[in-house]
Amino acid sequence: MAETLVPPKSHAIDELASERTLYPYVTGTSVIGLKYKDGVILAADLGGSYGSTLRYKSVERIKPIGKHSLLGTSGEISDFQEILKYLDELILYDNMWEDGNSLGPKEVHNYLNRMMYNRRNKFNPLWNSLVLGGVKNGQKYLGVVNMIGTHFEDNHVATGFGNHLARPILRAEWHENLSFEEAVKLVEKCLLVLLYRDRSAINKFQIQLMVKGVTCGGNITVHLVKRPIFCIYFQPYIYFT
Amino acid sequence: MARVDTDLPPKGGFSFDLCRRNEMLVKKGVTLPGFKKTGTTIVGLVFQDGVVLGADTRATEGPIVADKNCEKIHYMAPNIYCCGAGTAADTEAVTDMVSSQLQLHRYATGRESRVVTALTLLKSHLFSYQGHVSAALVLGGVDVTGPHLHTVYPHGSTDTLPFATMGSGSLAAMSVFESKFKEGLTRDEGISLVAEAICSGIFNDLGSGSNVDVCVITKGKTEYLRNHLLPNPRTYVSSRGYSFVNGHTEVLSTKIIPLMENVEIAEGDVMEE
Repeated sequence: MAETLVPPKSHAIDELASERTLYPYVTGTSVIGLKYKDGVILAADLGGSYGSTLRYKSVERIKPIGKHSLLGTSGEISDFQEILKYLDELILYDNMWEDGNSLGPKEVHNYLNRMMYNRRNKFNPLWNSLVLGGVKNGQKYLGVVNMIGTHFEDNHVATGFGNHLARPILRAEWHENLSFEEAVKLVEKCLLVLLYRDRSAINKFQIQLMVKGVTCGGNITVHLVKRPIFCIYFQPYIYFT
Repeated sequence: MARVDTDLPPKGGFSFDLCRRNEMLVKKGVTLPGFKKTGTTIVGLVFQDGVVLGADTRATEGPIVADKNCEKIHYMAPNIYCCGAGTAADTEAVTDMVSSQLQLHRYATGRESRVVTALTLLKSHLFSYQGHVSAALVLGGVDVTGPHLHTVYPHGSTDTLPFATMGSGSLAAMSVFESKFKEGLTRDEGISLVAEAICSGIFNDLGSGSNVDVCVITKGKTEYLRNHLLPNPRTYVSSRGYSFVNGHTEVLSTKIIPLMENVEIAEGDVMEE
């Protein structure tokens, strides 16, 4: 029996569809950032999730950019690596001028904003929420850009779950002139709450600081989060002895 | 001979026919009417002597605030109170229903109601409606077996916890609890922690706002602190409204024109009826 001929599917639409970002694959969870007396601190955990699996446990999601900025990201890790490549070229071309001038955090933030917005307009976004923090000439800067191009600056920022869990704490407890110890304590408090309540968070964190053009920081692992076993879990509750 | 079905007793359980009708209507483009949701922050925690419950007081209808000072902490029994989030009508109806069932049970047994009784009545009712009764509750109380705190979800699952938050502002409130809760809080520490968690929800969540209600339940005593905190007062300069004192506006020039210079009373007859 002769098979009915099926006309070949239109290739144009398939080609277009495969070139657009549809959904993220390997993702990072929240990043938090805050300004303190001497500079800015960015913190994030070291996890890269592949859907609901914790696939990578040493993904550094905060990187230094040029001499003055730190870039932290949540969302698709491969898009973050693309962004780092573009920023690398940007910084390189700037250095080649050799004019003693260097791109500060405000300039890098603007570049990222343009890049993210233009990609979104072509329906092919970079699936990231970026936190850009830095210090140039004593001026501290902290800003956010997300995948649709929304951008703003603030004294304390967060992406993803951090907006719901960390921002309330920061709004209540942040103030100007936080000392270094206070700022790190505040960041640790937020990271701990995120560890408890965000399912894609892990117990290894990266905290990076930018102080007057010097970036420093490190990774810490929190072992065995010590929580007491609350008496209320034991039933019958030994109450009125 | 045709079978007569009218004598069969009505089948129990929820009839999903209208749900299917609603889906069909939505497909045809009919917009379903909105309902008043409580877009809320409700919390509870167990302290040394009992349980503290807290709630905000804003009821929303989509983007509009429908009630600026509603009561979200519902009475269940003299020793059991329940905070409700979700659809306001559902939380009211479900808590009223279980409250009257508990009272009848008290009359039948002659004993103080237990929290697990209220919990079982709530969860079996909500489960039988398969999540269509949109009530998310924080149930707390103290009975002969001790203090209890439970959360009940719209589909009927429950949790037993030392501290709990529900509603749209639950993450903001939970971040406060996770960083500051410890066991064996005193009554004042418990109340201030609950108030702090509700304020975190009020100021960081758009679905919650206005005032803080607190309810403290201990063995033998319940205190319902309605409007314990009013962090969003209405500020009027004066209760009379605006007052324009001389000097508010700069006077550039003054010209006084008398309206009536000469009044001549013309003599005339009285008007005829």
